Amino acid sequence: MIPVEILLVEDNPGDVRLTVEAFIESKILNNLHVVEDGIEALAYLRKEGKYKKEPHPDLILLDLNLPKKDGREVLEQIKKEGPLKKIPIVILTTSSAEEDIIKSYELYANCYITKPVDIDQFMKVVKAIGNFWFSIVKLPPDGHKT
Amino acid sequence: MEDKKNKGKDYRRIMSVAKKKKSIELLLVKDNPSNIRLMVETIRESNFNINLNIVQNGEDALAYLYKKDKYAQSNFPNLILLDLNLPRNDGREVLAEIKNHTLLRRIPVVVLTTSNSYNDILTAYNLQANCYIIKPIDDLKFIEVISSICDFWFKIAQLPSIQNNHY
Repeated sequence: MIPVEILLVEDNPGDVRLTVEAFIESKILNNLHVVEDGIEALAYLRKEGKYKKEPHPDLILLDLNLPKKDGREVLEQIKKEGPLKKIPIVILTTSSAEEDIIKSYELYANCYITKPVDIDQFMKVVKAIGNFWFSIVKLPPDGHKT
Repeated sequence: MEDKKNKGKDYRRIMSVAKKKKSIELLLVKDNPSNIRLMVETIRESNFNINLNIVQNGEDALAYLYKKDKYAQSNFPNLILLDLNLPRNDGREVLAEIKNHTLLRRIPVVVLTTSNSYNDILTAYNLQANCYIIKPIDDLKFIEVISSICDFWFKIAQLPSIQNNHY
């Protein structure tokens, strides 16, 4: 089986650790790549500099509140760029503000999820994301491989 | 005495309204009657408070969303399940129209279709479908998929809420 490639854009080390653990515990064979701010996220996706050899992600998990370049700007940019816009983006953030939810969907986030504060609940949510997107959903074909 | 009885009735009615959580408005766009039946049954048996609205072609889907004619009283959906191959206005056209519309584009659209063609999948994502799901042929598997869609979108994800008077 070919592992799925996930890009996690998250600056909180605790959340990164929990997300990594949840994906290890899940039954999905995956490679999780982590970048900690919006500038790095775009550099990764555009394969710039040190990211030249990094694989194209099958799914992006994106926090909204990020250093350097905000998650909303990153989302808007990705969904405007021809080769990148088809990649599903799951917003995973502490915000449950109505305006953040609406704005994200308007910017074509594929899905918006509020991070539960409770650790067990957080792990459950990450596993549910993995399960839904990698076993129920048909992901877009990877244009870079074909 | 009679008065007291009525008051009790009123109170019970108010309480049942207060207890009832706001229902999720789900719009299903599908033309295959046996698929619709299975989906209706699965959704009814789920524990979610769902108000399911069904339209069977692309033209009606858009009329529903624009509240035209007989759909004047329709509710803005929180989620749309959209088939691709539909009579009158193809699912792809409906998807493109929704995702280019200032207000409608915030509604998550789950494409649910039998097509597994490379072009259909790519086109749907490029048109900003929220996700693409291939409908299993087997009925039991199909029921499982519908349950998974409900569990994920209604329990894990946050759906955009829309005031009906905003459009």
